[in-house]
Amino acid sequence: MTASLVLLDPTAERQPLARALAARPATLAGLAVAVLDISKARGNVFLDRLSELLAAQGVAVNRYRKPTFTRPAPTALRQQIAAENQLVIEGLAD
Amino acid sequence: MTPLPNGLIVVAKRACPTCTLVEPLLHTLAHSGQPLTVVVQDDPAYAAGLAGLADVRLDDTLEQSFRLGIEFVPTLIRVEGGVEVARTHGWHRGDWQQISGLPGLGQALPELRPGCGSRTLEPGIAEDLVVRFGHTGLASRQIEVGDAEDAMEACFDRGWTDGLPVVPPTPARVLRMLQGTTRAPAEVIGLVPPDLAPCTVEKVAINAVLAGCKPEYLPIVLAAVEAALVDAFGMHGILCTTMFASPVVIVNGPLARRVGVNSGVNALGQGHRANASIGRALQLVIRNVGGGRPGEVDRATLGTPGKYSFCFAEAEDSAWLPLSVERGFAREASTVTLFAGEGVQGVVDQKSRTPESLAKSFALCLRAVDHPKLAQAGDALLVVSPDHCRVFIDAGWSKARLLDELTRLLLLPGDEMVAGAGGIAEGVPAAFAGKPVPKFRPGGLLIVRAGGSAGLFSAIIAGWAASGPAGSTPVTKEITA
Repeated sequence: MTASLVLLDPTAERQPLARALAARPATLAGLAVAVLDISKARGNVFLDRLSELLAAQGVAVNRYRKPTFTRPAPTALRQQIAAENQLVIEGLAD
Repeated sequence: MTPLPNGLIVVAKRACPTCTLVEPLLHTLAHSGQPLTVVVQDDPAYAAGLAGLADVRLDDTLEQSFRLGIEFVPTLIRVEGGVEVARTHGWHRGDWQQISGLPGLGQALPELRPGCGSRTLEPGIAEDLVVRFGHTGLASRQIEVGDAEDAMEACFDRGWTDGLPVVPPTPARVLRMLQGTTRAPAEVIGLVPPDLAPCTVEKVAINAVLAGCKPEYLPIVLAAVEAALVDAFGMHGILCTTMFASPVVIVNGPLARRVGVNSGVNALGQGHRANASIGRALQLVIRNVGGGRPGEVDRATLGTPGKYSFCFAEAEDSAWLPLSVERGFAREASTVTLFAGEGVQGVVDQKSRTPESLAKSFALCLRAVDHPKLAQAGDALLVVSPDHCRVFIDAGWSKARLLDELTRLLLLPGDEMVAGAGGIAEGVPAAFAGKPVPKFRPGGLLIVRAGGSAGLFSAIIAGWAASGPAGSTPVTKEITA
């Protein structure tokens, strides 16, 4: 153990330690996809193309933009994305 | 751990006057021709004059004191061939002379001075030392929390809480919690629904830490969990019902008073750690060990605030039998009784001064349990306040007498109760028309005394509408260890 804080599991330990990712949908039909631009240079070029491809498949795409890539998204933006979409695509790097 | 150094070992701390008393003798020991190791728990200046004459070690982590099993300072140990052969603690001239082999040692000092407690045993330290340097003996999975994670948020993120923050269950806190019981951590106390997961004393202790319990509450929590797991209580059904019910924990006996389970002012409310955390610990065991979470197996339509925690003690009075005694236990016994209850409905009667009038008030209000036109569905717990209770006691009415009167008063006219009567579709089956209908099944009305000393108010806690052998019957367990 190298972590500075260790906790003892209060559960019956029936779930693996690593928490599972949210379940992935089998299809995009009927779902709204958020495309989040984190304001990093040229990220929009990639996201524009991705949006075109999704739209061509008939998927509803909503575009959002963080004020700056250096900080977490503002709470209001996070809440808006969660309220308006079922999926989110975020470009994380250059 | 390196082997014990041969010769003499002295463990001391500056804060101990007896250690200061024997400090000059360390020079004599150092010059006696045998190796001397001095382990100092606090002040690097202690025995500093022995540099070059003895191996003086500052034990700032207390690891050496822990590994030597020191309970008192000063402690003098003789080691031969890497094995301890003699030990004394405090200053006892004869012992020190014998162990050191120096017959004239400390002649100028008093014959006896007791020592002080070792820093290893100070509150909050002992369990940390076991975690760092010893073997905890705990079997639960260890979860490493990232340095950037907030400990409280980490507990939320892992789904361990009821919506309020919990105390992060570190191994040291769990060890301290387990000091509250003599039972082995590995003991399995039952299968917790809905997953029917085996629950050990250790898992209960971890959840008691989460809930904010003190170690002295743990025996009550253990008894409450055991009671919840008795088949007759029907915990699975209580959890998964769409109705309101949830375990209400009523504590009786001397232990309730010793650990401070509130039975007085605001007994059913907030503000007392024992009440808040004992009831919560039971709920967290169901959630975390049993997997019973709202929206999953817990299908309550509305639920009740008591599902965070609902625990109080009976304000026992010599004139009224405590619930525990009514249920077959000795007055000296401490017990928990679990009742599958809903919320609190107030009974306001500030005018009755006779037991007859007040009993009628109670009966009228008790008709509302579940629905005034339903009967023998839900049990009820009547919580009689001291001011109301005095009306009965002054008139010579025992608790049993009140129960008898209420049972008689709650023999209700079937014609008013049947489905459709009064223009209300709800009601008992038509077969009850023309017959008296007992509101509660036999044994389905419990009475306890609790509350502050001012206020002509009592309370009804309605039971689960599936009370009785087919659903839930109250269960009482003695609190042992």
